[in-house]
Amino acid sequence: MAWRFDREAGQGLKLISPTFGYVLVMLAAPLLMVITFSFWTQDYLTIDTTLTLDNYREAWTQPLYQVLMWRSLKISLIVTVVTVLLAFPIAYYLSFHVKKRKALWLFLITVPFWTSYLLRVFLWKVILGYNGVFNTTLMGLGFIEEPLTFILYNLNAVVITLAHAWAPFAILPIFVALEKIDRSLLEAATDLGDSPMRRFFRITLPLAMPGIVASTLIVLIPTVGDFITPRLVGGTDGLMISNMIQIQFGKANNAPLGAALAVSAMVVIGLISAGIFFAGKKLGGRVR
Amino acid sequence: MQDDKTPMIAIRDVVKKFGSFTALHGITADIREGEFFSLLGPSGCGKTTLLRTIAGFEPTTSGTIAIDGKNMADIPANDRPTNMVFQSYAIFPHLNVEENVGYGLKTRKMPKKDIAREVAEVLSLVDMEGYGKRKAHELSGGQRQRVALARALVMKPKVILLDEPLSALDKKLRDQMQVELRSLQRSIGITFILVTHDQEEALIMSDRIAVMFEGQIEQLDTPEGLYRRPVNKRVASFIGVMNFLSAKVTEQTDTHLTLDMDALGKIDLPRDRLGEDITPESIGTVGVRPEMLTVLFDQSDWSQNKVEGEVVDTEYYGDMTYYKVRLPGRDAPLSISMRNTAGRSVVPPGSPVTVGWGAESIVVFGD
Repeated sequence: MAWRFDREAGQGLKLISPTFGYVLVMLAAPLLMVITFSFWTQDYLTIDTTLTLDNYREAWTQPLYQVLMWRSLKISLIVTVVTVLLAFPIAYYLSFHVKKRKALWLFLITVPFWTSYLLRVFLWKVILGYNGVFNTTLMGLGFIEEPLTFILYNLNAVVITLAHAWAPFAILPIFVALEKIDRSLLEAATDLGDSPMRRFFRITLPLAMPGIVASTLIVLIPTVGDFITPRLVGGTDGLMISNMIQIQFGKANNAPLGAALAVSAMVVIGLISAGIFFAGKKLGGRVR
Repeated sequence: MQDDKTPMIAIRDVVKKFGSFTALHGITADIREGEFFSLLGPSGCGKTTLLRTIAGFEPTTSGTIAIDGKNMADIPANDRPTNMVFQSYAIFPHLNVEENVGYGLKTRKMPKKDIAREVAEVLSLVDMEGYGKRKAHELSGGQRQRVALARALVMKPKVILLDEPLSALDKKLRDQMQVELRSLQRSIGITFILVTHDQEEALIMSDRIAVMFEGQIEQLDTPEGLYRRPVNKRVASFIGVMNFLSAKVTEQTDTHLTLDMDALGKIDLPRDRLGEDITPESIGTVGVRPEMLTVLFDQSDWSQNKVEGEVVDTEYYGDMTYYKVRLPGRDAPLSISMRNTAGRSVVPPGSPVTVGWGAESIVVFGD
């Protein structure tokens, strides 16, 4: 079809052009660079620009990278499930049971954003540490004899910290989806004989599915790539693929391998996201 | 079996309060089995609230509702023998027409084969065969309305509750649906309760109508009873058009009253024409419907009362003409409707006319 460059289209383009330019420079260009890098080779201080798949071969066959990739996926999937499961009741309560002051509640949910992400991760260190708030409280109350060590510098700590950090992002899309449900649909289901529980699974949940899928993706995608949290609270057991990518670009001085790892991670998470998206779409229409 | 004296729905002194606002002030009514019953009133009169208390969506503050002789106080909405057709239709958007209609049967754990049969049957009843696989967004307003009705009918409830089901349809479709709904109700014999603010709709469809104002039933009667014998001015002006004239009793005998009416003059009425609550002393107003007044084209055969006036406005509707006629000694003109039968021409504004009326057309109101 012919491109109709009329006045209105021109105005529209003008309106989005700053954003478009920004995205082009800050996102598309670096991404293209990373992809290009992944087909090159590091030759000590210089870069060999002959195209090769060697980096990908190494990224996909080396056990270390496989372990890290699996662990990253595992951690982010656990974080996602925990976060969405915890976010749903909050969003549900907010949408169905808070009659007045909904805005205040939404405002309170964003309160964690008032401190920087880094600071919040450090705070979790203080809470979960060997002599941290959690352990000293439990010992003081006599529940435990010695400090629990399985809560810091391992996978659990990463899950706890990330789930907390991403909770607001998970709550809001689910809340919006629940708000959009016409309440007369729920009355109709009751009218047709459904108990509240049955109604929830046949009407509320399927209709909230777009919000649940959105929350899942919003939490899943960035947590796979997170490297601050595993670095600070993960110990050696909690290291993730992004930490390795960071090392390759930095200390190891092998940017092409780092790039290949980054692109691989991106492709894997892209495929998983697409899978979740379509499964959610199908589920939203099928659950009854 | 229920005997004839047990009403399908017995509503006794039902009060409903929302905080400090009282939506229903002690409603008492009986709704008979197989009846097409309407709750009619302006918005905010409590008619929808009453319907929702019957459905079980709103608990009553006090009073009882019994359906088929069984008190509904402790029975939640999902266990009541009622099904509702919602104003918004509330078609489940993630399910197709068949799944929507079969929704309640599935809750009852009916076998799939039976559900399919029942659904097909009821879809043909509402003229929606072949639409089973469509989703809500692929249906027109009228079709959604039919699906919502089918979804309630398939449950074979004792009572079907309809919350302004036709208000979202355009006029032509609404007129058609009124007739269809009425004949459907007659053929299946289920008790229907309709909530509407449209008096014409209520008159056309109902066996009986409860007219509600401010949380109370003002009059419960047949359509004809409501139209011909409204109990007060509020009901009279809500149902159709009514000319109100101030009036006073000037003489009384044991059997008759003589009324002196504004502009129309004196008239003798038998006492039994007064409503139950009306004493001769309380009479302050009389009413007369526009079609009960006649513009006399030929006065030779008119033996009843007549009065001279002047046409101030004429509205021509093809089959009908609506006149506004000013009478001497009265500011507000009278509304008169005339059927345009053969030989009747339209009288232009400014023309002098003679208006004829009969004593039987006068409705008396207390003040």
